[in-house]
Amino acid sequence: MENKTPKDYSHIKGWGIDADPKNDPTYPMKHRTDAEQEGYNWERPTQQDINIEVLHSNERPNVSAVFGTSMPPSGLSGMIRRFAFKHSENSYLHWLPLLMADRVNVVEGVIDDFAKGTVPNIFAEKGWKADWEHNRSGLIQKIGVLALVTTAAVVLLTRKKNS
Amino acid sequence: MLAMNYRGPQRVRIDEKPEPKLLHPQDAIVRVTRSCICGSDLHLYNGNVPDTRVGMTFGHEFIGEVTEIGPEVQKLKVGDMVIVPFNIACGKCHFCKQGLFGNCHESNSQATAVGGIFGYSHTAGGYDGGQAEYVRVPYADVGPTVIPEGMDPDDAVLLTDVVPTGYQAAEMGGIQKGDTVVIFGAGPIGIMAARCSWLFGAGRVIVIDKIEYRLEFVRNYANCEAYNYEEMDDPVVFVKKTTDWMGADVVIDAVGAEATGNLMQTITGRKLLLQAGSATAAHWAVNSVKKGGIVSIVGVYGPTDNLFPLGNVVNKGITIRANQASVKRLLPRLIEHVQNGILNPKALITHRVPLEDVADAYHIFSEKLDNCIKPVLIPPSAR
Repeated sequence: MENKTPKDYSHIKGWGIDADPKNDPTYPMKHRTDAEQEGYNWERPTQQDINIEVLHSNERPNVSAVFGTSMPPSGLSGMIRRFAFKHSENSYLHWLPLLMADRVNVVEGVIDDFAKGTVPNIFAEKGWKADWEHNRSGLIQKIGVLALVTTAAVVLLTRKKNS
Repeated sequence: MLAMNYRGPQRVRIDEKPEPKLLHPQDAIVRVTRSCICGSDLHLYNGNVPDTRVGMTFGHEFIGEVTEIGPEVQKLKVGDMVIVPFNIACGKCHFCKQGLFGNCHESNSQATAVGGIFGYSHTAGGYDGGQAEYVRVPYADVGPTVIPEGMDPDDAVLLTDVVPTGYQAAEMGGIQKGDTVVIFGAGPIGIMAARCSWLFGAGRVIVIDKIEYRLEFVRNYANCEAYNYEEMDDPVVFVKKTTDWMGADVVIDAVGAEATGNLMQTITGRKLLLQAGSATAAHWAVNSVKKGGIVSIVGVYGPTDNLFPLGNVVNKGITIRANQASVKRLLPRLIEHVQNGILNPKALITHRVPLEDVADAYHIFSEKLDNCIKPVLIPPSAR
């Protein structure tokens, strides 16, 4: 990496006149090395083989030396994620599509489960067994509300159909 | 192997997944013996962190046995029992060299604002985490630390995140002898921050939350004052009143995105996701610290924006310090504290749950059932 820090500050009146290295608000959380004055150089670790699709922030030039390989982008959610990564972390067009992709991904997950012959046990996944053990009245209330809402929806839909 | 599998907001299950492989010369494979659920895992669990993909395994607080090492690993050997810091750090980049191991630039491609974190969405690098039987651990010579002989594994697993984060919260507060420190949040991090505030010479430590059993716990564990904000008209006025109407010298936000206590923040931050989580605790922190005071933020927020009283930060001349804990930097000192009996992390563990019951453990922790403070998952091979 090229060092772009100007070395000569004589054209800036008063530059560094009040500098106090001890007044570092990050001290002692950061061991200040002042290495940035020499430019940002470090010996990069060996690059992990990039044999899956790794989306990387456009605020950096490359893929980090190591990266996670969990769930590469795929399907419709993957398309949305690729779009998101065209925009910087500074942009809502990065984060909001990612949140949308996450929701689409949930539906893809259910479809994938069915495709593999698995019927997701939503109640177990939501930990309702723990509710039964530690919050029985809350669970009964939750089931009651769910039943009520479902019944109301069915009645409403049936009535509309009949009329 | 068995591994936690995220299926969508508030839906997780245990599944069979392929065992991880060495993908880099500095990788190690670790057989997990303890793995915690962290309060910040709940942000993922609730679907609040962008780029949390279905099928991922969470878990950034774990310890275990090294079962395999890559050719460039020199400091660890197969059979070592290790504490694995939650942050993945190369040890070579500009930031690691400054001790900012939570800000490594060579472990996360997806976002520049945060380094890699195990099992914490693709925004933190896309690594599968430790709520599983095995984990791939990159840069094995940098982060992982061999567990000292005789250390209780329940103490060791809390040195991966809870203890360093609580300690760093107090450290970032720049606490001077005699200072009044207010901590919002009586979860594991808030409890540890309260305990550690004394280590820096605090004169008074006050914890504010709404969960009675946690307030009772922190009162005893950290020998501090603890108050329920639901019993106050306004927590900021309460802090002012109890500090001669000046405000606290140091305020720590140990809550983050899941905060309650302000209806507008809850609706816009947690229900509608119009902001990066509810910023209630950060809001209260800025307003209850004294002029010229320090606010230390370790509560986790999402990467977008929050409603936050920035004008008061300026007008009061507040210093805000915040970061993910630099676990590797802090570990030697904290191991000493645990070994000398100054800190007793394992007292925070209330639930030891088989890994197979991960969905119930998440639900218990998330809903604060059964007086839960800290749940630990134990895989079959470690039982």
